[in-house]
Amino acid sequence: MTTFNLTETTASRISSTLTRLRHQMGAPAVGMVLTLVVVVDEAGQYDALRAATDAAREHPSRILMVIIRDPAEPNRLDAEIRVGESAPGEVVLLRLYGELTEHADSVITPLLLTDTPVVVWWPGECPEIPAKHPIGHLGSRRILDARSAGEAVAAISSRAGSYVPGDTDLAWTRLTPWRSLLAAAFDQPMGKITGGVVEAAAGNPSAPLLAAWLCDRLEAPIEIADSAGPGLTGVRLSIEGGGELTVSRTDARLATLSRPGNPDRRVALARRPTSELLSEELRRLDPDDIYAAAIRRLAEMKGRGRA
Amino acid sequence: MTEQQEPQAPADDALQAPDSSGVAQEAGDELTNAERAILAAAQAATTATTELTMAANPLRDPRDRRLPRVAGPCVLVLFGVTGDLAKRKLLPAIYDLGNRGLLPPGFSLVGFARRDWAHEDFAQVTYEAVKEHARTPFREEVWKQLSEGIHFCPGEFGDDGAFDVLAMMLREIDETRGTGGNYAFYLSVPPKFFPLVIEQLKRTNLAKGPDGSWRRVVIEKPFGHDLKSAQELNAITSAVFPESSVFRIDHYLGKETVQNILALRFANTLYEPIWNRGYVDHVQITMAEDIGIGGRAGYYDGIGAARDVIQNHLLQLLALVAMEDPTSFDADALRREKEKVLRAVKLPADLATGTARGQYVRGWQGGEPVVGYLEEQGISSDSATETYAAVKLEVANRRWAGVPFYLRTGKRLSRRMTEVAIVFQRAPHLPFSKDDTEILGHNALVIRVQPDEGITVRFGSKVPGTAMEVRDVNMDFAYGESFMESSPEAYERLLLDVLIGDPPLFPHQREVELSWNILDPIEEFWASQGQPEGYASGSWGPASADAMLARDGRAWRRL
Repeated sequence: MTTFNLTETTASRISSTLTRLRHQMGAPAVGMVLTLVVVVDEAGQYDALRAATDAAREHPSRILMVIIRDPAEPNRLDAEIRVGESAPGEVVLLRLYGELTEHADSVITPLLLTDTPVVVWWPGECPEIPAKHPIGHLGSRRILDARSAGEAVAAISSRAGSYVPGDTDLAWTRLTPWRSLLAAAFDQPMGKITGGVVEAAAGNPSAPLLAAWLCDRLEAPIEIADSAGPGLTGVRLSIEGGGELTVSRTDARLATLSRPGNPDRRVALARRPTSELLSEELRRLDPDDIYAAAIRRLAEMKGRGRA
Repeated sequence: MTEQQEPQAPADDALQAPDSSGVAQEAGDELTNAERAILAAAQAATTATTELTMAANPLRDPRDRRLPRVAGPCVLVLFGVTGDLAKRKLLPAIYDLGNRGLLPPGFSLVGFARRDWAHEDFAQVTYEAVKEHARTPFREEVWKQLSEGIHFCPGEFGDDGAFDVLAMMLREIDETRGTGGNYAFYLSVPPKFFPLVIEQLKRTNLAKGPDGSWRRVVIEKPFGHDLKSAQELNAITSAVFPESSVFRIDHYLGKETVQNILALRFANTLYEPIWNRGYVDHVQITMAEDIGIGGRAGYYDGIGAARDVIQNHLLQLLALVAMEDPTSFDADALRREKEKVLRAVKLPADLATGTARGQYVRGWQGGEPVVGYLEEQGISSDSATETYAAVKLEVANRRWAGVPFYLRTGKRLSRRMTEVAIVFQRAPHLPFSKDDTEILGHNALVIRVQPDEGITVRFGSKVPGTAMEVRDVNMDFAYGESFMESSPEAYERLLLDVLIGDPPLFPHQREVELSWNILDPIEEFWASQGQPEGYASGSWGPASADAMLARDGRAWRRL
């Protein structure tokens, strides 16, 4: 792997350095399929980069890490370019100082790969309306993470207000194995669901989202209950005419599925690392309508709760 | 019979059950009439059980693309678990499916073999196979889920008692694991045992499930060794299983790059206009192996390269490259187009000049001295089995008339490589001097199937400098070099398709028979020609293969 540091630089110098490095490595043809812009602070940089480079194994991409530094310092752009064998594609860490912190898009725009999708990911704090954010505006897909917000449940409940097609949240991605298991259980004929409960550690943003999705699809009231965790620990759905469909997971790894008239079955349902969540996000770049429906339903539920 | 009735059954369910019809109504509100008509047609066209239940499942939505296709509750019964294929491919693939969350809760695996094993012993064998060969990381919880469903049934194929035990075991699994009487029987055994196993499945009533459940049988190549034997083999399976329940595995069709041929051709506008005799000069389809026959002497001798590889893999690749666009990607439409191409394949008028075969002799391969075919263990010293085969075929239709398709395969060649190369005609006029373009070859589009999966485009480019000099350059596309490590293995995809009941990637019996129709005359001709020509191990095959192309003014691509 080659690391190349540029201090007090510009986008065009970064761009020509990238081209030069690629030629030096003898691989001028690029097979990269997208640009991933990660907006992150210095503390979250390492973990985010690791997840992004892991995801790049499945989706070779140019990764642009935008790290906002002290706005009070003089204007300055530092770049660290990494090209090499550890991951296909390229990584550029951009550190912005001074007034430039307000104009990150001017640095990003010239560095986007031509005519391929742009995905923006906020592993930490995200702007109020991601699609209106100068960098978010460049992306066709915007990945947020309610879990890293101070008030995670409030954050996910207010997503509907700022939703623009292309938005998505890792709190939703974390649910895919749960949703897949529940959907598989419903592949066998099942009576009408009259109500249910989603149990999770307090403050878990995925729990209300799962409840909203179930409520939306099953047309039944779904409640949220606190449990000892970790993460989501169970879903219980009451079937009309008696009986319950339950999925319970207490160790964050192995779940038990039980339904009336069937033996209990154990299913692997492990929590996934961020890199896998990100890979899933990058697999499909079209707007996620089901997510949109779920956050809308969640906002409605919250609205009713307050009234 | 059950299979054919299935499409209507869920529709009735939807009408009778008030809850599910309500949901269907709501989904319908969002659709236009046209969309509804398309949906209905699609549902009517498909025979996959799962897709129909999906329509009645409130948690599924075609727009919800995150939810993977998960097989319904079922048992996979594996005959021949001690074989190499089971250890290296099938058992790891099952684990990988589990790891990706694609196996249903309660999924059970039953091994059947002539071993004095308990369930735990088979679980241990599976564990070792998974540890060594699985592509995804080992996770304790996935293994736990899988191992709870692992069973073993000891016995011989001729032993009625063993199959009675198997039938009982399966009924018990239905009760304890909730698998609902859905069984897939994977026959990873030599074809000579097929009649025995199938007869036993029939006798024990395992071949036909009660209403609402399915039974499927999976068979591996070789599908016979000529047309007659293929038909006999089919007679055996079709007497017990309906064609829609028979899944013939050609693992090449499960490969990402092979499926990508369809995407490349039918999702783009760039290639289709030139994908015909107006622009294509010829097509080369190659499967080269650097290894010898290894431990397969018993199987290989008397079969040879053409039956082993051309009949299935290469003719399937030819069909995918040459076929017209299917009306949809469902099994029927896809198979229909492939069959049309196979039916249109014409053999060269003179088989002596239009085919070539060879047998490797002692030499050096990749820096190691290796023995010749006749010196391999278990091969008689006068064997006339070919280890290299090349044929020139024509596809007699409007799109391809006059465009030769050269197919070649061989063992102990200089390297391992499978590719399809579409070689284009030269530019009709070159406004350069003859010297400028002296080293310019044909443009080519190469689909690299393995290893190093990807696509290469070869075209002329100016050599930098003050003189106008044009030479060939390659442009490569690989969807991530490391991408393929984590992408599903061919067997994973195919096993999942079997459990879901999704048949497009499996050749139909008609395709098998059409392929033998193509190969039989060639084999007959070769049988009358005595010994194949020798070629040095580690070379690119016999001289007659090169001469075959040279006569047409062409040359094989150097791989």
